[in-house]
Amino acid sequence: MRILDGEGVRKNFGGLAAVAGVDFCINQGEIVGLIGPNGAGKTTIFNLISGALNPSSGQIRFNGESITGLKPYQICKRGVARTFQSAKLFADMTVINNVLVWSLFGKSARTPVADAEMEAREALAFVGLSEKEELPAKDLGIAAQKRLEIARALATKPQVILLDEVMAGLNPTEVTQAIELIKQIWNKGISVFMIEHVMKAVMGMADRVIVLHHGEKLAEGTPEAIAKNRKVVEVYLGE
Amino acid sequence: MHSFRVTSNKKALFLALLIVILIFAATMPLYIQPYIIISLTSIFMYIVLTVSWAIFSAPTRYISLASASFFGTGIYVWAILGSALPLPIVVGIGGLVSSLLALLTGLLTLRLRGLYFIIFTFGFSEFVRHSSQWWEINISGTEGRWVVGVDHTIIYYAMLILAFLTLITAYAIRRSRFGLALQSIGQFEEAAAHAGINVTAMKIMTFAISAFFMGAAGAIMATRWSYIDPSIAFSPLISFMPVLMAIFGGIGQLYGHILGAGVLTILAEVLLTEFPYYYMLLFGLILLAVILFLPHGLVGLMEKWWKGGLAGKHANT
Repeated sequence: MRILDGEGVRKNFGGLAAVAGVDFCINQGEIVGLIGPNGAGKTTIFNLISGALNPSSGQIRFNGESITGLKPYQICKRGVARTFQSAKLFADMTVINNVLVWSLFGKSARTPVADAEMEAREALAFVGLSEKEELPAKDLGIAAQKRLEIARALATKPQVILLDEVMAGLNPTEVTQAIELIKQIWNKGISVFMIEHVMKAVMGMADRVIVLHHGEKLAEGTPEAIAKNRKVVEVYLGE
Repeated sequence: MHSFRVTSNKKALFLALLIVILIFAATMPLYIQPYIIISLTSIFMYIVLTVSWAIFSAPTRYISLASASFFGTGIYVWAILGSALPLPIVVGIGGLVSSLLALLTGLLTLRLRGLYFIIFTFGFSEFVRHSSQWWEINISGTEGRWVVGVDHTIIYYAMLILAFLTLITAYAIRRSRFGLALQSIGQFEEAAAHAGINVTAMKIMTFAISAFFMGAAGAIMATRWSYIDPSIAFSPLISFMPVLMAIFGGIGQLYGHILGAGVLTILAEVLLTEFPYYYMLLFGLILLAVILFLPHGLVGLMEKWWKGGLAGKHANT
């Protein structure tokens, strides 16, 4: 069943089409990878889904209903949560309060504070940051910051999570741990749409991979098919 | 459990102290000379302005320089309605009209950020001053207005009650989910929006709440002057004072705002009476010194002492 899909999604910045009419879809319970060279328009697609940007044309639907042009807070409340490529944390606030903001405001129903605190703690425990609860977010290392980003998104109880390069800047051990974490997220029944440059992670986990190049969809298919795709190899390795 | 890490005995102590001060302040006019009552009224006024300014600007980090327009609106509400209606009603109307004005400006300006927002609010305030000046000269036919005066003890009590209400509101907002949302907007607005917070609505609403108290304070203060004109009512000084007082006291804490308002009002009063010619110069120098040497304001200084003066020298806080 389709949970999130885009049809002819386009975003122009001045004369440049950052995303030039892309179709995509995420099915219930899927992990879909979004890859492509720098500047291909990957993060722009995430910004269009999350409402940070409005598409110039095209439709984005969540559970069959159009969410095109909605504001970020509305899209979050519907059940699409995201992380940011460069962690956008509330730096001076404690780790737990960072998550609390998400669990308090991120759901469609008003959440009592006590429940939201409990959910924030659960989310922190889930990503393994329980001991750092009382630290200011700015004191966390890169790997922990990325985990905090994920905890915040999870605290909204999303149906789909958009992960924007959560493995960038991590060392090999941390990458392995991050892969494990994403599998656990998927085990909770949350569909995952992930932008990733770490090929080992995408190719190992994704059910499907979408390759973006110059704002257009270059290829789409299983990781095995993508790895053999001539066009994709050319884009990544040069002709 | 049910609060956002607002704990500790410090807060309880602060509350107890506040109650003692309130009782003391409420009985003050019985045994204190009028001059001090009038000075205390000024302190309360600046507490209202600083605390209400900080309700919006401290957590969100949107530095507003529009306070004068809200305060002045309250003054004009009194000038127009003061002779017709009882004081509490006029004060309430003064607050509401200022709130409405803030809603309108909020819709226009709160999409701006940082420096652009600061400059726009200042420009807006000046625009209000000049357009009311134009209105008075060309439409009303007089530049200034005579205002109905009120006994200074009544002004004192009215301002005390308003200060109390402002503090309670500020405290309640800080402790609520609303306060957490405002803080997250100040920390990283884009992330706050993605957390499910309607940041635009939240900012405009808070801006209007903050303007309510400024307008109400203006309506009360108008009763103290027998004559007003737009350059008195919308004096740019009123826009800058709350910012300076909050920074002077310590912008992160509610009691910092109170302390800053109190100390700076007294300081200004003393300088004005002792050195009438060098008042602004000395005032400016003191502010410069505080901003340079006490980045966390008086509160920062006090907390340093509180945490053991000698050890503080080696601590890397």
